[in-house]
Amino acid sequence: MLMLKCPYCGVMADETELSAGGEAHLKRFGPQSSAEDFEGYLFARENPKGVHVERWRHVNGCGKWFHAARCTLTLEVFGTYSAQVTAPPQDIRDAIRAKHPDWRWRDMA
Amino acid sequence: MSEVWQNQSALPGASATGFARVDEIGLRGAIVLRGDLSSSAVKNVATGIGGVDMPGTLGINLVEERAVAWMSPDELLLMMPYAEVDVALGQIHKTLEGQHYLAQNVSDTRAGFLVSGARAREVLAKLTPADVSPDAFPKGVVRRSKLGQVPAAFWLNDEGDIEVICFRSVAQYVFDLLANAAKAGSEVGYFSIPD
Ligand SMILES: [Zn+2]
Repeated sequence: MLMLKCPYCGVMADETELSAGGEAHLKRFGPQSSAEDFEGYLFARENPKGVHVERWRHVNGCGKWFHAARCTLTLEVFGTYSAQVTAPPQDIRDAIRAKHPDWRWRDMA
Repeated sequence: MSEVWQNQSALPGASATGFARVDEIGLRGAIVLRGDLSSSAVKNVATGIGGVDMPGTLGINLVEERAVAWMSPDELLLMMPYAEVDVALGQIHKTLEGQHYLAQNVSDTRAGFLVSGARAREVLAKLTPADVSPDAFPKGVVRRSKLGQVPAAFWLNDEGDIEVICFRSVAQYVFDLLANAAKAGSEVGYFSIPD
């Protein structure tokens, strides 16, 4: 069973209280973007066997969206963090790199 | 048009008795208030109507039929006698005029149940993923979670006296869930019963 701590209400929420929102930190390409960029925004997703950064919503709870970093292989959760950021914060990166020193996410340093 | 559902609760008089009791609570006033919970105007109008102090995260403060419940970082649920809702709503609009807020009378869109008895926690524990142990769910805490397949919120009025609210459209489902989970002979005995 997957449990994530909602950073907004502090509840340790069971998966059935949550709604998955797919890959985190996507950059939006809308009107005036190239066809390749628009296609990538709509369809191209990371699908690692390993560390993944995701959006989740505490839907049967406080209702807020938040971010989570976890491992798709072991289900280890590295942490949850605010929705109001465009990249994983340092403490989350540190937690991931403690286990996966070479971890990178797309083009983020 | 509105006489059918207004001034009548979802399941008037519904009641079931097993190892715990389940009763529909009847009509009660409820207002959703959304806005900046750190604003003193929002706090003042909420606590004025609720007749209690401002609750913190996951908190509920209640006295008799009045309560202020923390529902999210920008949402409160104010509860009061059913007959007082219109006046309270007018008071909110008057006080917060010009500010960014939302206030909505949800009295007739909710249903409420009381689960009572020494093993009341056990009825909830069978139905929700939320931790309802005495440590995680003491008096003064409100949890929004699920009961079976639907959203619900619950809190303790006192030990052995749990109040549950859900959407009115699923009132019968929630009553049936609670009544079934409370059936005599289906006790689990997971929580120790306080003296
Ligand atoms: Zn939450």
